[in-house]
Amino acid sequence: MSDTITAPTLTAKDFSTDQEVRWCPGCGDYSILAQVQKVMPGLGIPRENIVIISGIGCSSRFPYYMNTYGMHSIHGRATAIASGLKASRPELSVWIVTGDGDGLSIGGNHTIHLLRRNFDVNVLLFNNQIYGLTKGQYSPTSEENKVTKSTPFGSIDHPFNPLALAMGADASFVARSMDRDPKHLQAMLIRANQHKGASFLEIYQNCNIFNDGAFEIFTEKGSKAQETIFLEQGKPLVFGAGADKGIRLDGFTPRIVDLADGSFSKDDLWIHDERDIYKAQILVRMFDDPHTEGHLPRPFGVFFENDRPCYEEMMLLQIEDAKARKAGDLDALLRGREVWTIS
Amino acid sequence: MVRKQETLHDVVIKFAGDSGDGMQLTGTQFTNNTALLGIDLSTFPDFPAEIRAPQGTLPGVSGFQLHFSSERVYTPGDACDVLVAMNAAALKTNLGALKKGGKIIVNTDGFDAKNLRLANYPEGENPLENGSLEGYDVLRMDVTKMTREALKEFTMGMKEKDRAKNMFVLGFLYWLYGRDMESTIGFLKDKFGKKPDIFDSNLKVLQAGYNYGETTEAFTTTYKVEKARMQPGNYRSVMGNQALAYGLIAAAQTSGLPLFLGTYPITPASDILHELSRHKNFGIRTFQAEDEIAAITSAIGAAYGGSLGVTTTSGPGMALKAEAMGLAVMLEIPLVIVDVQRGGPSTGLPTKTEQSDLLQAYYGRNGECPMPVISASTPADCFDAVYEAVRISVQHMTPVIFLSDGYIANGAEPWRFPQTADLPPIHVKFKTELGHGEEKLQPYLRDEKLVRPWAVPGTPGLEHRIGGLEKQNITGNISYDPDNHQLMVKIRQQKVDKIAEYVPEQKIDSGADKGRVLVLGWGSTYGAIKSAVGELQAAGHSVSHAHLRYLRPFPSNLGAILSNFDTVLIPEINNGQLIKIIRDVFLIDAKGYNKIMGVPITKTELVEEIRKHL
Repeated sequence: MSDTITAPTLTAKDFSTDQEVRWCPGCGDYSILAQVQKVMPGLGIPRENIVIISGIGCSSRFPYYMNTYGMHSIHGRATAIASGLKASRPELSVWIVTGDGDGLSIGGNHTIHLLRRNFDVNVLLFNNQIYGLTKGQYSPTSEENKVTKSTPFGSIDHPFNPLALAMGADASFVARSMDRDPKHLQAMLIRANQHKGASFLEIYQNCNIFNDGAFEIFTEKGSKAQETIFLEQGKPLVFGAGADKGIRLDGFTPRIVDLADGSFSKDDLWIHDERDIYKAQILVRMFDDPHTEGHLPRPFGVFFENDRPCYEEMMLLQIEDAKARKAGDLDALLRGREVWTIS
Repeated sequence: MVRKQETLHDVVIKFAGDSGDGMQLTGTQFTNNTALLGIDLSTFPDFPAEIRAPQGTLPGVSGFQLHFSSERVYTPGDACDVLVAMNAAALKTNLGALKKGGKIIVNTDGFDAKNLRLANYPEGENPLENGSLEGYDVLRMDVTKMTREALKEFTMGMKEKDRAKNMFVLGFLYWLYGRDMESTIGFLKDKFGKKPDIFDSNLKVLQAGYNYGETTEAFTTTYKVEKARMQPGNYRSVMGNQALAYGLIAAAQTSGLPLFLGTYPITPASDILHELSRHKNFGIRTFQAEDEIAAITSAIGAAYGGSLGVTTTSGPGMALKAEAMGLAVMLEIPLVIVDVQRGGPSTGLPTKTEQSDLLQAYYGRNGECPMPVISASTPADCFDAVYEAVRISVQHMTPVIFLSDGYIANGAEPWRFPQTADLPPIHVKFKTELGHGEEKLQPYLRDEKLVRPWAVPGTPGLEHRIGGLEKQNITGNISYDPDNHQLMVKIRQQKVDKIAEYVPEQKIDSGADKGRVLVLGWGSTYGAIKSAVGELQAAGHSVSHAHLRYLRPFPSNLGAILSNFDTVLIPEINNGQLIKIIRDVFLIDAKGYNKIMGVPITKTELVEEIRKHL
């Protein structure tokens, strides 16, 4: 027998709270909550070391339903609060739950700075392309011409491409998943947690009240195979109902090729490499409107990952370094260099 | 050569020159040298908002005023005895502040045709030649020429040589006031030790300036100011922002909390960041955030994790932080928000001083959002006052606003610095486990101070959620219940009010407990009030001075003090802010004296104002 005390094995239920979940029935948030609760026990992190920080929006109710430490903060600032927490408590596992309004509109500035600094945290951006909590205005990810309560004549805003934005901010982990694919979402949550550095995971989430079916074409059986590509490291970019299509890189341009008619084989296809920043830049740009002729399928999975130092580690290193050179001596500090005495 | 040495009690020198002339450095060096002799002093730097405004112009003038005396000194002085003018613009902008018969030390090279034109003197008019300075004691020297002469053997370019001009002036002043130059030589060694060329040239010019005084027969007198009679102890010179940074470091040490500063650069608060970022060996984390909002929210995140969370800013930044302050009030976590006030509104007067954020500190948030407000009255007082702000914040689980201003932040004075062992303890208790009979943490269960537990992430068994939504009393769960909201609003207010039971009673700073006039001040008006009231007391008038550190809640005896005087006069560098609160809280007909010119109130004008009420 060893002396080590093994922590009791936790289950998904141990991560749920006694608070009534108040999302609209049928909301995609339920699935995301369920997947997070399912993967948490397997991550090997003591529950008390997990902190979930959210901003404002439907998704930001998330912390109340997770039996961990949590803060439901103010609009757009979860990323900044998490930055301070992680900088001062590097040992904690910090998760940020945000939405397309919270994380890309009012909090867009903090999001890009968190990514560039590369705090070792996980950003779960629930993208439903609408403002749900305020009852149906367009969001910074809503498509052009969208008619909403605040755009009765159609939106003239050009939307963000969240993953391209994350790449632009030098995120060290960029991925996309969806509420309707629990297995994939679980896998992506695990990958995001494994990554050391800021993990940016965009999750397509259906708002069945104000923007129902926004991602239907990617999530529903009839169209999913045609319209999506699930990225796997080292594997060719194949899609289609019978895995009959692929993506080939023609110079810098991705093109759809047919694998069924014999003109191309899998060997001709783009092989996915998460570590290739140039390819990742092209991959995040596969963002066509699925209703246009000749559009490319939408990729899901890990687009990009690289290793670079985390902010909180470097901060600690500087402190340790300074301490090693000369330990802080308060009396010496207060005394300064030039002292006179009055007797 | 034998000269006479005259002893003076009190001298005010204004160093003025182009913002590239190094007047701040000259002033600071002379200040340190003065302080080391045990002479009391107070300084006031006055610089343009532009880093380098167009050379030679009136807006480009940078000044540094030093008041030193063998008596106690509380202000940088109303008018100057000596004006150092490096160019025509410096003379023009500062001549009005020079006493009649005062001394002017001019760099004649700064009065050539170009400089005169830039200073807007009429064509052909030179104040050095047209007799307009009659009645002043003008010491002319061609500083530029003599600096170049001193450096003729150095190979550096002319522009670089000219940069040492301020050393010539400093050396001359050292001679004029009978000083030795060791403090500045030491400073130059520290700063340029690794650049022997620059060190040698600065030293050479410094000595040339000193020798110029010594060998020029025209200068017949040197001056001496004796030590001031001050409380026995060890002293150093300190600036307000520096003392504030030290206060935070000290409070972090005594409380055992790691210090986290989340901040965004803004004048005149940035020097706190600069100072703290140098002291990482105390385990301090400084985070230069992407904006003012991230600055405060990162500090909230750190405080939530058990750090001493601090954010520093000035007025415009305060406005941006308002919503996050509300979050901190709702979360009931400790946080210190430092506002080094400047002229407003909007961008206002970034480099000028004002006390115009008091109402913002009191009321500038959505909802019923009470927060304690504490202020510093002098540069050295920043240490003690911010230490108190930390104590109240962590012991009462509340964000605290700390008000300083540009005048205090950049001013310097002698500081009888404390020993670590003398610092009052700051006890902090984290909740580490569930109490007897508790099944889960009740994050809003309060103690006798109405303070909730500080339970930080990483503590097993205390997992809980908090947030900005109204919460149910005790459990902290979201609650929209009407009665609960009223209860929580009242509790949050009571909690702040109750702090009055844990702070010292208000004292009368000088004068009797009862009388005709009480001059009630807060913040940087301390020195002017102290000096003005002192002068009137010496003349036998019934006037007293009380100065508030605790602005919210007020000390519990303040009302009683105010009722003991016929008139309460409140001087402020704003349009009347404390007076509104005093009238509101105590229902008295307080009188205001308000100066909103970006500069401190002077003793002279305050004496005149107080007389009106005597």
